[in-house]
Amino acid sequence: MGWTAWCEQLLIQAQGGSALGPWAELNKDFYQAFVQEGRWKMYLEGVGNTLKVAVLALILGVVLGLLVAMVRTFHDQRREERPGFLLGILNGICKVYTTVIRGTPMMVQLLIMAFVGFKSSRNLVGVAALAFGINSGAYVAEIIRGGLMSVDAGQMEAGRSLGLNYIQTMRHIIIPQAVKNILPALGNELITLLKETSIVTVIGLRDLTKAAQLVTSKTYGGFMALFGVALVYLAMVMVLSWLMGRLERRLRSSER
Amino acid sequence: MSGKDVLIQVRDLEKHFDGGSIRALNGVSADIRRGEVVVVIGPSGSGKSTFLRCLNLLERPTGGAVVFDGVDITDPKVNIDLHRQKMGMVFQHFNLFPHMTILKNMTLAPMKLLKKSREEAEEKALTLLDRVGLRDRADAYPSQLSGGQKQRIAIVRALCMEPEVMLFDEPTSALDPEMVGEVLEVMKDLAHEGMTMVVVTHEMGFAREVGTRVIFMDGGIILEEDRPQELFAHPRSERLKTFLAKVL
Ligand SMILES: Nc1ncnc2c1ncn2[C@@H]1O[C@H](COP(=O)(O)OP(=O)(O)O)[C@@H](O)[C@H]1O
Ligand SMILES: [Mg+2]
Repeated sequence: MGWTAWCEQLLIQAQGGSALGPWAELNKDFYQAFVQEGRWKMYLEGVGNTLKVAVLALILGVVLGLLVAMVRTFHDQRREERPGFLLGILNGICKVYTTVIRGTPMMVQLLIMAFVGFKSSRNLVGVAALAFGINSGAYVAEIIRGGLMSVDAGQMEAGRSLGLNYIQTMRHIIIPQAVKNILPALGNELITLLKETSIVTVIGLRDLTKAAQLVTSKTYGGFMALFGVALVYLAMVMVLSWLMGRLERRLRSSER
Repeated sequence: MSGKDVLIQVRDLEKHFDGGSIRALNGVSADIRRGEVVVVIGPSGSGKSTFLRCLNLLERPTGGAVVFDGVDITDPKVNIDLHRQKMGMVFQHFNLFPHMTILKNMTLAPMKLLKKSREEAEEKALTLLDRVGLRDRADAYPSQLSGGQKQRIAIVRALCMEPEVMLFDEPTSALDPEMVGEVLEVMKDLAHEGMTMVVVTHEMGFAREVGTRVIFMDGGIILEEDRPQELFAHPRSERLKTFLAKVL
């Protein structure tokens, strides 16, 4: 008798009210959570959606974060040299953006995006990615800005005193040094982002977490599904940290 | 001396910080002629660094003018980057670029700004490294050097741009005592070669030996200025007398 047939039999036994041994129980739960009725496909679809939201949000977040960090840093460092009305306005907008986004819960932002901003949209992945991207952008901006600020002010002065302009000094002197501070924090932000996406279940998007919820409600209990997705999240995070670690080491060894 | 020998003309320079609550410079005027070695002394907080940093506009003056080589560089329309290329600056804390080798530190600006080829820029850098006895450290990173070595590199890095004037802000103040000499030697050589120099320092020996003029600053103004022998032998103000009593 194959494992599948055995598990089917166990299911019938359990429904009939007979008690199973712990090993048999475990097998039955596992079967029910991941195999029966091709349920693994739901998880697969869930992982797909989770990754889609996370990757799209990451791209949007980094682009937004870079832009905001550039405006804020440029404004703070060049105010004296080139005061500008437009730059002042842009800086103000960026400040409001980071303050509001970082000062309100992600869940609320997501709900606003889905039920106020894009009420009639059926592209839930798009809506979620937008909400997470906008959220992430504010944090990424602060990470990049902090990284740039953490480079000793004497470096900018030394570059400028040689006659390099602001952009050249940024590009050749400040940014290469800042990247070392920025990357680890950016890696953390990415990991947080990936895990945070689990709240997209509130707008009905079938991500990895939602898959576990659906299965759990269908099979009446069993922690198997939840433990299973927890493991998948953990695996994804570990792969990410490993990749970030490699990238950091690579950078460090090329510098010194 | 004729007026055209003046390389930097400073007129009524004012620098106020924080909307006027801190008055670092209160009307400083000075002419710096080609080939001069002007030594700036004065108590801490008297405005020496601010004065020096206004010369290449690292600090933008709130009043007055700096005329460099006939051009008022405080004019906002002036491209300051172009003029800074001709004004080398050496900082108290060296400010070498830690992510670049010594050679890269020295060739970056000449390659980007003077459009020198890598070979040209490296040749020039190596010649200068030879002069300060550090040719064998060309491929080292700043973190592998001693303070004295770092400062000598910072000096030749500025020289790679072939500046017309060198500005020094307390170049030996962050050094261990045994390393002060090697840096001063390089600066003296530079002075003997006829480089125009403005040097903020507490090294009175240096001022005496190679200074053509000493400026004593206090409270954001020039209180006295003269040839070093005169100034040290016959201080007129009480402030200078007190100051000299402390440092000599
Ligand atoms: N960036 C700044 N912001 C505010 N005050 C400053 C700044 N730089 C210098 N000052 C003030 O200006 C005065 C002169 O400083 P400084 O030129 O550094 O003096 P010194 O180099 O002679 O010690 C001091 O009172 C100092 O606190
Ligand atoms: Mg100073």
